[in-house]
Amino acid sequence: MTITLSIFIPFLAAIFIPFIYKRIQNRHIGWFVIIVPIALFIFLASFIPSIANGSTYMHTIRWIDSAGIHFATYLDGLSLIFALLITGVGSLVILYSIYYLSERESLGRFYVYLLLFMGAMLGVVLSDNLMMLYVFWELTSISSFLLIAFWYHRKKSRYGAQKSMLITVSGGIAMLAGFIMLQSLTGSFSVREIVATIGQYTDEPLFLWAMLLVLLGAFTKSAQFPFHIWLPDAMEAPTPVSAYLHSATMVKAGIYLVARFTPIFGGEAVWFYTVSGVGLFTLLVGSFNAVKQTDLKALLAYSTVSQLGLVMSLFGLGSVALQHGYSPDSVIYTQATFAALFHLINHSTFKGALFMVVGIVDHELGTRDIRRLGGLMAFMPITFTIALIGSFSMAGLPPFNGFLSKEMFFEALVNARNLEVFSTGTVGTLFLVVAWIASVFTFVYSMIIVFQTFFGEFHPERVEKPSSEASFGMLVAPSVLAIFVVGIFFFPNVVGNYLLRPAMTAIYPSFAGAEGLVPHIKAWHGFNPALWMTIGVIILGTILYKLIKYWRGVYTIAPLRWNLDTAFNAGLTWLEGGSHFITRMYMKGYLKDYLVYIFTFFIVAVGGSILWTGSYSFDFTDNSPIAINEFLIVLAMAGAALAMIFAKSRMTAIILNGVLGYSIALLFVVFRAPDLALTQTVVETVTTALFLLCFYFLPEWKKERSARKTKIMNGIIALSAGTIVTVLALAVQGNKMFESISVYFEDAYLLAGGKNIVNTILGDFRAFDTMLEVVVLFIAGIGVFTLIKLKTGKEDKDIEDQ
Amino acid sequence: MRINDVILRTVARIVVFIILTFGVELFLSGHNNPGGGFIGGLVLSSAFVLLYLVNDIETVRKGIPFDFKKIAAFGVLLAVGTGFGSVLFGEHFLTQAFGHFHLPIFGITELSTVVLFEAGVALTVVGVVVTIILTISEDV
Amino acid sequence: METLITVLVGLLVTVAVYLLLSRNLIRVILGTAVLSHAAHLLLMTMGNGLKKGSAPLLGENANSYVDALPQALILTAIVISFAVTAFLLVLAYRTYKKTGTDDLHALRGFNDE
Repeated sequence: MTITLSIFIPFLAAIFIPFIYKRIQNRHIGWFVIIVPIALFIFLASFIPSIANGSTYMHTIRWIDSAGIHFATYLDGLSLIFALLITGVGSLVILYSIYYLSERESLGRFYVYLLLFMGAMLGVVLSDNLMMLYVFWELTSISSFLLIAFWYHRKKSRYGAQKSMLITVSGGIAMLAGFIMLQSLTGSFSVREIVATIGQYTDEPLFLWAMLLVLLGAFTKSAQFPFHIWLPDAMEAPTPVSAYLHSATMVKAGIYLVARFTPIFGGEAVWFYTVSGVGLFTLLVGSFNAVKQTDLKALLAYSTVSQLGLVMSLFGLGSVALQHGYSPDSVIYTQATFAALFHLINHSTFKGALFMVVGIVDHELGTRDIRRLGGLMAFMPITFTIALIGSFSMAGLPPFNGFLSKEMFFEALVNARNLEVFSTGTVGTLFLVVAWIASVFTFVYSMIIVFQTFFGEFHPERVEKPSSEASFGMLVAPSVLAIFVVGIFFFPNVVGNYLLRPAMTAIYPSFAGAEGLVPHIKAWHGFNPALWMTIGVIILGTILYKLIKYWRGVYTIAPLRWNLDTAFNAGLTWLEGGSHFITRMYMKGYLKDYLVYIFTFFIVAVGGSILWTGSYSFDFTDNSPIAINEFLIVLAMAGAALAMIFAKSRMTAIILNGVLGYSIALLFVVFRAPDLALTQTVVETVTTALFLLCFYFLPEWKKERSARKTKIMNGIIALSAGTIVTVLALAVQGNKMFESISVYFEDAYLLAGGKNIVNTILGDFRAFDTMLEVVVLFIAGIGVFTLIKLKTGKEDKDIEDQ
Repeated sequence: MRINDVILRTVARIVVFIILTFGVELFLSGHNNPGGGFIGGLVLSSAFVLLYLVNDIETVRKGIPFDFKKIAAFGVLLAVGTGFGSVLFGEHFLTQAFGHFHLPIFGITELSTVVLFEAGVALTVVGVVVTIILTISEDV
Repeated sequence: METLITVLVGLLVTVAVYLLLSRNLIRVILGTAVLSHAAHLLLMTMGNGLKKGSAPLLGENANSYVDALPQALILTAIVISFAVTAFLLVLAYRTYKKTGTDDLHALRGFNDE
């Protein structure tokens, strides 16, 4: 229950932010916001001991039983890691943002979005029901959209926001389709239940499709090739957002999804090849592109892409272990997954720190262009230290946590070469080579961050502001992360035993408690292949870094410049043009045309089906007799209606409409409906008064200038519509298919204590109708009032971009 | 819309009261006889509209110092609120209750929660109709 | 009686559709008003037969009552159609004030490129 509540707390807090912001219009509002993630972090951290002992927490609020959709939360080791990252990094990022954002920004809006995101992200990792997961998943996309477009007056921000939204939301919809397929296979939306029963469905054709669609969702969200193009553009967001959403949490939602679904799809060869292949290729593309960036944030964006690829590929490699179930031999492959989880935590720490460092540089110097920076070490010793720790950890150097996970990554690849299950001899070697090359590039760009920014000569004329060390408050958050980077290196097994062990059990339920599932992490394990590979990376990386100006030319080679962004933009333009073209074909802008569509469809569909089914049998025997006065009323109505068409002045038309209305009131009397007769009389009076009131201001009725052909066409449509209504009504009257339900209401006095049946229906039996009707009436009244009172006096100019 | 006709005004004053009484009567009798929230509300509002037609808008506004938009809003709240009232008693939304009570002057009287609901409906109708007519005629 | 009313409904629908298809905004609004009249009458005929029994007031102590359900539905519909008509009228009025025309062809929002 409390876990369910923890999803809602950020949302609830978000509601209150605008009210607090009204009173506190300065940066101190952040101190109110930060309470939320810190409290949640402490609360979630209190679960660590019990989760480490193997317990899990499940809570279900039943919702839509017929569809199997419930509000179900589930906390196990895997969700706990992510939940702690979300709240932990969240706290640090908010702390950082208090000092980073200027007080002139609309801070209230910023924190509302941030809390919205936090709640949604917690929802993603804590949901057990797939539908719930999907909704929260899309909510993260939406809040990310809002945060990227935080400076919405900038064209690039809007572009980046739109791009990320389009890509991640379309992926999300694919994922939804996958979820629905899974549900139709297994009959459940609960991840727990699907894991338990999926074994018997793996041969179904839908299974493969469900897998691919779910993967599409994961790949778009986690910026895997070729969907990685949104992440660099998302860097238009304020830096705290980039640090939080686009490196530490949201982009890891896709990773979470892959991890969560490993027990479901993990044993399949397709899963193995797709996840590890796409992951490795992303790793290579990301690291290769990162080297050429000159904007520090763009560099970090590509490095995030490549690191996400690394984690993704590790999950792919680790899934092999599920192929044959538990055996002492297959346990070794689970180490890849272990490394993935470990690197996931490490990446959040060092990449978060690096983003904050770049934010500091940008904040203090007004630029983050590598070509303009240099020699900052002298002014910013603390920032430099943090940057050094972060970069060296990313490069995989000791004594930082990145070294440990990178070693495990290489080891997993070396193991994968020996795989027999998928006969991946050559593929395994290819994987190894690709990963190694990518690591060399990773090393190079990590060095670029440190050396080109902080070493060399400082050119004051190239930067916007005089440089100085950042304020203390800004340094706290990255320092904490840097301490973790070093701390985890020296005490990796604390993380391993308390956080990773339960997560491994969650991913490999069949391996629970197996020997070797949670290896002992050691910094030194002799001169094994992995270490040799690292040494090779360092040597070749250093050489490449030193010689960078000689080989930078490769980035200008034509095939490497082919750009996915261009393709994306071209596709978007083409789509817009195409839909504009199609829409213009039928959206003509004339009310008449739209009505013609509607009536033609009515005539064709209803008239056609009457003819088709031949259901025009009439039965007039049950008719009640017609008295002469009734006949006269009907005749008067018919005359009034026909005269209306030919009315020469609008006054005549209104009076004729009044005749119609009052005659209907008379008919209601005849039909023994006193309530209706009363209401109709009063309403007709008021309506006529309204018509007259409005006509006082409207121009005189002009003669219809339509062509004769149009008039005939209109007449035909009108006549056919009228005929079809009559035929349909007669057919219905002649063929009663069901017993009338009206007899029920004749017990009104017993059931509702009223003798006026009509009124008991309105107030009691069908009170819902009446209530909503009152609401509609009210809305119409407000609409009338607004239309008249709120005149747009000033012509608002849209705020357009610079 | 100023009509300076003494006879009309005097007659209207009487007629308005008759209409008002009739409206209330319709509203109250709705449960067992023709009438009810809608008709009651409509008749009441036509009385108000007549007042506005005969007198100056400003004069009437002094006499009836209500904001009819608020009356409409209150009516909607009342109608929806009675629905939630039944939820508080563990019944379904909008369940109405009724009972017979012995009251000192009226004798055995039936009291029903539906009256509250109908009152909401009537207030909304009055509020909306008068608001519509007033806003249009003010916008000359 | 039912057949007569149904034919009348058909006629009203014809008139309403014809008015709706015209270019004048006021005629369109009148068209919606006529259409709702038609709908009310149509609902009436869909009940358990017209004029078969006394008014649906249990105080009448009659043997049979006419169908009360369509009456309740129509009552709702009358009020809603009143609201819609009022709204449309004001919309037309505002449109005329703002644009100076009530011709729907002249009100077309965009030009052909």
